[in-house]
Amino acid sequence: MNAVFKRPDNLKDTNTHFCPGCTHGIAHRLIAEAMDELGIADRTIGIPGVGCCVFLYNYFPIDVLEAPHGRAPACATGMKRAQPDRVIFAYQGDGDMAAIGTSEIIHAANRGENITVFFVNNSVYGMTGGQMAPTTLLGQQTTTSPYGRDFKSEGYPIKMAEMLATLEGVAYSTRVALHSPKHVNQAKKAIRKAFEMQINEMGFSMVEMLSTCNTNWRVSPLDALKMLEREMIPYYPLGVFKERTGKDFL
Amino acid sequence: MAHIVIDRDRCKGCYFCIEFCPRNIIKISGEHNRIGYFPAEFVEEERERCTGCKTCAVMCPDTAIEVYK
Amino acid sequence: MTEKKLTKGNIALAEGAIQAGCRFYFGYPITPQNDIPEYLARNLPKNGGTFIPAESEIASINMVMGASASGKRAMTSSSGPGISLMQEGISYLAGSEMPAVIVNIMRCGPGLGGIAPTQGDYNQAVHGGGHGDYRNIVLAPGSVQEMFDLTIKAFELADRYRNPTMIIADAMIGQFQEPCRLTPEKPVEFPEKPWALTGRRGRDPRLLKSLYLGDYEQEEHNLFLKKKYDEIQENEVMVEMQNLDDAELIIIAFGTPARVAKTAISLARAEGLKVGLIRPITLFPFPFREIYEHSGRAKNVLVVEMNTGQMVRDVRIAAHKDAAIHFYGRPGGGFPFPDDVLDEIKKALGGGAR
Repeated sequence: MNAVFKRPDNLKDTNTHFCPGCTHGIAHRLIAEAMDELGIADRTIGIPGVGCCVFLYNYFPIDVLEAPHGRAPACATGMKRAQPDRVIFAYQGDGDMAAIGTSEIIHAANRGENITVFFVNNSVYGMTGGQMAPTTLLGQQTTTSPYGRDFKSEGYPIKMAEMLATLEGVAYSTRVALHSPKHVNQAKKAIRKAFEMQINEMGFSMVEMLSTCNTNWRVSPLDALKMLEREMIPYYPLGVFKERTGKDFL
Repeated sequence: MAHIVIDRDRCKGCYFCIEFCPRNIIKISGEHNRIGYFPAEFVEEERERCTGCKTCAVMCPDTAIEVYK
Repeated sequence: MTEKKLTKGNIALAEGAIQAGCRFYFGYPITPQNDIPEYLARNLPKNGGTFIPAESEIASINMVMGASASGKRAMTSSSGPGISLMQEGISYLAGSEMPAVIVNIMRCGPGLGGIAPTQGDYNQAVHGGGHGDYRNIVLAPGSVQEMFDLTIKAFELADRYRNPTMIIADAMIGQFQEPCRLTPEKPVEFPEKPWALTGRRGRDPRLLKSLYLGDYEQEEHNLFLKKKYDEIQENEVMVEMQNLDDAELIIIAFGTPARVAKTAISLARAEGLKVGLIRPITLFPFPFREIYEHSGRAKNVLVVEMNTGQMVRDVRIAAHKDAAIHFYGRPGGGFPFPDDVLDEIKKALGGGAR
C-alpha cells in the first residue's frame, strides 16, 4: 500500500489559524506542493502581506520576510535584485494588492520584476472582519458597504489579473479558482507555471486565486463554494490573460 | 484496497471532503475533536468502495487527509 | 598628502555610499536632493550596483527593506515630504531589526513648504516619526567632508546595530561645494549578517518580522530594543567641542548653524567674550553628558537652529540646572548670519534667559 497523497514536505505539520473552509489553506498546500516538485524550497524566500496571509511563516519552512501592508511587491523587488538566483514570491490578499498596494504591484509588474505574486481574492478584507474591498462585488453587503456596494459611490470591482496583463513587463497573468477539485487542480498547474516563469527568467508572474471567506460572507463553508461559482466567476472570468512563451522582450 | 486516513484533530469540520467524495463514504463524526469541531470521518464499513481518487484530500484546506492505494 | 576634490555635499554623500559598499539605491526625486539619485544612477551600475528609480518613496523604503533583508547594504534618500511617506517602512525596519541608511536633505515644511534649507525635521528624525517604541540612529554632517565620512559611518552603524540610520543635512550642506577627500580614512567595516534571508540551504529557515502577538512577547521585544538603544547612547556619541575651557556661554548647534557659530565665536572672542561651541554630530545618541558637564561650568547656553525650536528641547533636558538656555531660531529658509548670532550672544550674556 502506497501513500498517493500526503502532506507536502514544505507545508509544516500544524493546525492553521484559517477558519474552517477557508481556501487559503488549499492555496498554501498547492504552493508547498509546487516547491516540493520543483525542488526550490532551499532557495526560496516568501513575502506575505498583511491580513490572513501574514502567518505564512508559520506554515512554510522557508526563509520569510514580513512586509508592510501592500508593500510585498516592492520588498520582493529589492530582494530579487539583491539575489537574482533565488526564487522570491509574494502572497497577498485583497487589501494588500488591490487597495493599499496598487502602486507597488503595478510598478513591480511594469518593470517586469522576475518575481511571482499570488493573489488570494475573496472579495473582502478577511482578517479585519469583512470590510468592503476593491474586489467586493456590486450589491455585496459587507460591514463597510452595509447597503450593498453601489457603483455610484464605491465604484466597480477591480479586475487585477486583466489589468496587470496589459503591462509589457508581465510574463504570466492568470485567474483560477479554488472551489472544486477540477479548479483546484488547474490552480496547481498555474502555480507551478508561475514559478517556472520565474526560474526561466521570463518576467513577472501572477496567479489570482478566487477564494472564499465563509466567515465574513456569513455563510457555511460549502455555501461559500457555491457562492464563488454563482457570483464571483461571472464577474471574474477564469483564464490566462497573458502568457509569454519566448523571451521576446530581450 | 484504497483508503484514506483523516487526522481527526486537524479537521475543522468544513465538510468539503464529504461534499466532493464521489462514493459518499465520508461522514460527520458523532464525537467532537480536541479543537471543538465534529470532524469528517471515513466510513470504515465502506472501505472497499474507496478508489483512492484523492478528491477529498485535494479539497481539504487543512491537509488533514492522507490517501493510500 | 591626500587628494581632495571640490565636491558638492550631495555628491560627497553619494560617493561615500559607494565607497561604503552600498550597491543598492532605490529612490524618488525631490528637491533639494536629486543629485544623490542622479549620481548613483550613473555610478552604481559602474560599480556592479543596482539603481531603481522607484515609483514613490513608499516603494523606495520597501525596496530597501527587501535588499537589506538579503544582507546587502542599501539606501534611499529624500526630503521632508518623502521621509514622511517612509515612516511606516522605517518603523518596520526598526522592529524587524534590519539595517538601512535613509538620507534627508532638509527643506522647509510643513506640507509642501519650500526648497530652502532648514533643520525642521530634527523631531521627525530623532523622536520617531514612525509608530512604536524605536529610535533612529541620526547623524548630522556639518561639512562636505562629513557628508562623505558620516555616510560610511552610517552604513557601519546600521549594520552593527541592525537599525535604520538617518543622515540629516540641511539643503545648504547638500548643495554647497568644498574640498573633499573622496576615499575612506580607514578600512570600511563590514559586520557579519547571520540573520540574512538567503534561502535555507544548509541551515534552518530564518524569519524577519515585527509582529509579536504572544503573551508579553511584544513587551519583551520592546525592552530588548530599548537595551540596544541604551548601548548606542553609551557607545556611539560623536560631538565636536571647541573653546569650552573658559567659556561663559556655549553655543549648541548642528549642521550649518554650527558653521556660522564658529565665525560668530571668532567675532565674539575678538571682543573679549568667552564663547565656546558644542556641535552634536550624532543627534541620536545625543551628547547629554558633554552638555551637562560644560553647561554647568559655563552657565549660559545659546541654541541656534534653523527651525522654531526642536533640538533646544533636548538641550534643556541635557543641560545643568544652573544653566540659562537661550534660543535663536530661523525657520522656513531664514538664515542665522554671524552678526545675528553675535547679537544673540551679547543679549544672552547681557540679560537673562528667553
